[in-house]
Amino acid sequence: MKLQTATRLGLYAVLELARDPGRTLSAADLAERFGVSNHHLAKVLGTLSNAGLVRGGRGASGGYRFIGNRRRTTLMDIVALFEPAPGSRPAEAGEDTDIGSALQRVLLEIDEIAEATLRSISLETMLKPK
Amino acid sequence: MVAIRPVQAADLPAISALDARLTGAGKPAYWRDMLAPGRHFLIAETDKGALAGFIAGEIRAWEFGQPPAGWVFAIQIDPRRRLKGVGTALFEALVARFRAEGVTRVRTLVDRKDHLILSFFRAQGMVAGPSLQLDKDLS
Repeated sequence: MKLQTATRLGLYAVLELARDPGRTLSAADLAERFGVSNHHLAKVLGTLSNAGLVRGGRGASGGYRFIGNRRRTTLMDIVALFEPAPGSRPAEAGEDTDIGSALQRVLLEIDEIAEATLRSISLETMLKPK
Repeated sequence: MVAIRPVQAADLPAISALDARLTGAGKPAYWRDMLAPGRHFLIAETDKGALAGFIAGEIRAWEFGQPPAGWVFAIQIDPRRRLKGVGTALFEALVARFRAEGVTRVRTLVDRKDHLILSFFRAQGMVAGPSLQLDKDLS
């Protein structure tokens, strides 16, 4: 399964911050950790902040911390912030043919399994020591 | 805290009633069959003796070509007693029995739209197994 870069960064950032909700990390700290640009990560953190998962401090030295619920937040909640919802994408050429609709049924089956997996894994489960 | 013990015939009406409340079907004959030798059917009860939940499972060898493994057939927790570790206690008790019988793997089947129970098993450390369940409508 291929996730967009913003989705992957969103998952990294939330999981890193949720690892210790008492800890504050700056966008620069997180960007360096994941080897991405500050600018790219700042946008992702903005989305996470609007969703009520993280809170950012003001000013250049302000950091981010996790303010969501580790047990109630699933990987799907984060993926859904960045990826288009299944079924919301425009129809593609050929989908109305019999082969196209048969292929759509296969792709829908894969999407349903992926969604069930992402929705069943909470941050708490991900962060539990193995 | 809850105490866990094997289900007895006298527990079946309460188990069926809880199952009916949660799934719409009490399935009394199915639960009676779970008392058969070789099956593990455990109940969690409160210190006042009230039913908090139950779990049922069995070790099956070469089912679908797979080496012996403990199967979890069902788990239900009274909604008023959820989020207190009852499900985890039942799961761990069942797994301990499977281990005592020498199996090193536990598996189950879950409705993929039932995110609550899927999350529960994930939180117990379960991941996707080697099989894919396939269905065909015969009507």
